[in-house]
Amino acid sequence: MSTTATIDQAPGASSEPQVNYLNARYGIKSWLLTLDHKRIGLLYLGTITVMFLVGGIAATMMRLNLIEPQGALVEPETYNKLFSTHGIVMVFFFLVPSIPATLGNFLIPLMIGARDVAFPKLNLLSWYVFVTGCCLMLYVVATGGVDTGWTFYTPYSSLSSHTDVFLAAMAVFIGGFSSILTGMNFVVTIHKMRAPGLTWFRLPLFIWAMYATSLIFVLATPVIAVTMFLLMLERLLHVGIFDPALGGDPLLFQHMFWFYSHPAVYIMILPSMGVISELITAFSRKRIFGYSFIAFSSLAIAVISFLVWGHHMFVAGESVYAGLVFSVLSFLVAIPSAVKVFNWTATLYKGSISYEAPMLYALGFIGLFTIGGLTGLFLAALATDVHLNGTYFVVAHFHYIMVGGAVMALMGGLHFWWPKITGRLYPDLWARFAALVIFIGFNLTFFPQFVLGYLGMPRRYAMYPAEFQALNVLSSAGASVLAVGYIIPLIYLGWSLRHGQIAGPNPWGAKGLEWTTQSPPLTENFLKTPIVTEDAYDYETAPEPEVVRA
Amino acid sequence: MMGLTQFALHSTAAAWAMIPLTPPTASSIAESVDHLYYFLTGITVFFSVLIFSIIFYFMVKYRRRPGREFTPETHTSMFLELSWTIIPSLICVVIFVWSSALYVRNTRPPAKAREMFVIGKQWMWQIQHPEGPREIDALHVPVGEPVKLTMTSQDVIHGFYIPAFRVKKDVLPGRYTSVWFQADKTGTYHLFCSQYCGTNHSEMIGWVYVMSRNDYEAWLAAGEQSESLAQQGASLFKKLGCDSCHTGTASTTGPSLAGIYSKPERMADGSTRVVDDSFLRQAILTPSTIHVAGYPQIMPTFTGQVNEDQVMQLIAYVKSLGAQERTKGQ
Amino acid sequence: MPDAAIAHDANPTGFAHQFEDLEQQRDAGRLGMWVFLATEILFFGGLFAAYTVYRSLHPVAFDIGSHLLNWKFGATNTAVLICSSLSMALAIRSAQTGKKKGTIIFWLVLTMILGALFLFLKFRFEWYQDFLDHTIPGFGFANQAGWGANAPQVQMFMCFYFFMTGLHALHMIVGIGVLAVLTGMAARGKFTSQYFAPLEISGLYWHFVDIIWIFLFPLLYLAGGRYPH
Repeated sequence: MSTTATIDQAPGASSEPQVNYLNARYGIKSWLLTLDHKRIGLLYLGTITVMFLVGGIAATMMRLNLIEPQGALVEPETYNKLFSTHGIVMVFFFLVPSIPATLGNFLIPLMIGARDVAFPKLNLLSWYVFVTGCCLMLYVVATGGVDTGWTFYTPYSSLSSHTDVFLAAMAVFIGGFSSILTGMNFVVTIHKMRAPGLTWFRLPLFIWAMYATSLIFVLATPVIAVTMFLLMLERLLHVGIFDPALGGDPLLFQHMFWFYSHPAVYIMILPSMGVISELITAFSRKRIFGYSFIAFSSLAIAVISFLVWGHHMFVAGESVYAGLVFSVLSFLVAIPSAVKVFNWTATLYKGSISYEAPMLYALGFIGLFTIGGLTGLFLAALATDVHLNGTYFVVAHFHYIMVGGAVMALMGGLHFWWPKITGRLYPDLWARFAALVIFIGFNLTFFPQFVLGYLGMPRRYAMYPAEFQALNVLSSAGASVLAVGYIIPLIYLGWSLRHGQIAGPNPWGAKGLEWTTQSPPLTENFLKTPIVTEDAYDYETAPEPEVVRA
Repeated sequence: MMGLTQFALHSTAAAWAMIPLTPPTASSIAESVDHLYYFLTGITVFFSVLIFSIIFYFMVKYRRRPGREFTPETHTSMFLELSWTIIPSLICVVIFVWSSALYVRNTRPPAKAREMFVIGKQWMWQIQHPEGPREIDALHVPVGEPVKLTMTSQDVIHGFYIPAFRVKKDVLPGRYTSVWFQADKTGTYHLFCSQYCGTNHSEMIGWVYVMSRNDYEAWLAAGEQSESLAQQGASLFKKLGCDSCHTGTASTTGPSLAGIYSKPERMADGSTRVVDDSFLRQAILTPSTIHVAGYPQIMPTFTGQVNEDQVMQLIAYVKSLGAQERTKGQ
Repeated sequence: MPDAAIAHDANPTGFAHQFEDLEQQRDAGRLGMWVFLATEILFFGGLFAAYTVYRSLHPVAFDIGSHLLNWKFGATNTAVLICSSLSMALAIRSAQTGKKKGTIIFWLVLTMILGALFLFLKFRFEWYQDFLDHTIPGFGFANQAGWGANAPQVQMFMCFYFFMTGLHALHMIVGIGVLAVLTGMAARGKFTSQYFAPLEISGLYWHFVDIIWIFLFPLLYLAGGRYPH
């Protein structure tokens, strides 16, 4: 039978509930000193949106520049700063925190029936630490930027670059601590604060995904902190930690950097996979296919992700034997992801599928992630990686995963939980239109880059041989479409805050503890701690959706 | 923005007729790498189409209809789970074995390769032919002969990349890396720097000229009349006083260098090392890290006295001594 | 009545509203500290790994560097830290067994004194001497005769020495700060045999900082052995 959580508002109510976490207290202090995980999630949402815009502007300028072989917009020096800004901002200050710090913070306590995370003050601290890192990075960008690429390879970054590597590395160093605090909080919350009856194997798969992600947060992030710390010290004291002339090893930097940064890419994709599990089940109104396989795949991905960092260094001076080991492990890490894709697809079988915007994003994710993941095999394979490493093929591969995958999942998740977060519905027709524009713009931007890569165009080039122009122009055209696609949701989601239809507690008729409470929720989430007696995604007992398809 | 899109569409249509999907296949390994690439592309297309089609089919067949009847839950099947774990794993094994075999073959230079030196520096490539000529941002090679490049950087990490040959290797300061290829088609091909190295990274590019054997010899002969690398090395060897310890005969101070190149040498701690380019470079620049059996560790360091060019000259000189017999007592 | 209010009435001392009961809070606190320590292990671990790589590349230089350090002070400091871990454990024990707050405060203050002694010995006798001897990179570092070609790597050893012990010292300072806060809480009578979780959790942190030192000491101070050459 269904849970006994309190619903303090009848479905389809036409007025907002009297008190919720948004209107419980007013004023800027109540936001800046909040301990409510939901408000902290929104603070993060605002911050990462700003950083996304900064990274997006850098990308726009890059793509505009690449319309012409000799560079249409900026000098090479500026172009180098643009791609570095784009990478650093997008990776460290947008993607890594994106779903965990926004949707994760908002939803984890709700999904497990808790009142808040285990350490609310640390949660707020993590946001302040994050904002400090962001401000420092924005300061670097504003005062001349950094031109090392987001990978900061030595000795260029430690000895040669004339830009403010020290502060940029410090910004990353500081930002990393917010990840560590978030990860700690989530691990303890999920272990210790689940509602009675909510055993591990009844948890929503979003929680499994967030748990696996948090393991990576906690174990990998300190290594990038130390790496940036050593880089900062070398910039400051010129002591030759990575300088071969003084006995240092530039390759050691790469090993340390990638030891974090490879698991980091799984930090970016695992939460997205968690979101997709929620969306697919909600919009097919079915149990997920292969629950424990998906759950264990998340853990397997987290563990194996620590063992593959050398595949970024096949041509960097790694021995053949190391290459073989990292190659086989890189193939191994692909398998759990494939298992997930098949399970999601099988979930659709005999479902009852509807096509609201979140579902379009989810289906788009599955397709684009499949392509992105399969193109990873080209790079895990040693012989082809020799040719493709350092080219646009790699750029296309990771953008398929990060943009076609992670960002689409973020968009899908935001749309799905928007009524819960804000108590409002958005106009679904516009949302579906935007999803389509994003899908088309995305493919137009990044698919030509696979071809460019195999043809041999290296990445991080401000100028290129004329024969590559047509594909570059195509990619830039796609980027303009993609940009429009991202702007549209900003508009209608913003509009919906004031004028959107009021949402009931469960407009989608979805399963999950978060849908058993009012929209928006009370500050303490539940009046009475729910007691859980069913498995996840038990759609046999789900209420009907209230939202009628346009 | 509309204009941009129109322009893009027009140029796409025009270009698609002309754009190849692969660079020229100009080396002995290029075609085999392309075959693996086509296989991987096939796998990608197959599984993408499979997933897209199944999803599309389910989207249509199981779209929500009013008054839905509840169907029995299907949410687990060990058979399916095992199948779609094992089959992709087997495919991955095939890819791994194929690509690793190819990689091991492609990275092992043949015994009799023509050796050249490459120095990468911000932002140009300097290629040094052992016969003497040196070139900037250009590499002339004979067709049909294996060529081995020994490379180092004078500043930051660069990447030596010839797409047409499907070869790439990072070039690091403070050590040698090497790459080999055999150009099988005459012509002119791109040379790119593939590891970001600063402001003019995208201008650190050049051309590879593959010529027939005769044309290549003619080019070598017509090049600037300079001594061969080995001859320059010989002069340097005397100038730096190397011959005071490495006298060429049995000596208590330094081993004779005749014939030692690419042979194993016993170290004082019992281990054995092959005397290759990296070993010689290490011996010249950081001799305190090498202790050859039977000799005192008294060789002074030449760090700061020789640049990378000169190290390569000395190495070429030592290589040229390979033809001579080692004198008794070595 | 909301759960939070019920829970709060049942568990008044230091109880945080997001938890159901004190036991959950204590469990969460302990797990949280262990997770935090895991992050610290990876943090120091990165430095240890880099140090190990360079030590295997430059064994002679790192031996020379190690001999520049004063192992007697290092050993004394090791003993000081081990004693401070003992006093910390006794502080927790005295809370657990319901001793008067004076006992708890005594052990906490002793721990802080030992921690401060560690820092004093390190800064006043080791680091200040290093400064006078010109062996602090970036602060007038001077190569010494006899290092020869190893000089740059000796400097690198000293870099690692200062990074690693400096980071450790920073953690000690934070730890002493935490102990000061705990002392204040003890003085206000917050700790009972039912509620002493903050002591336990801080104790974990303190022991961890101690263990890091126990790894640092032999790696840095005793490299190359201390037998007559």
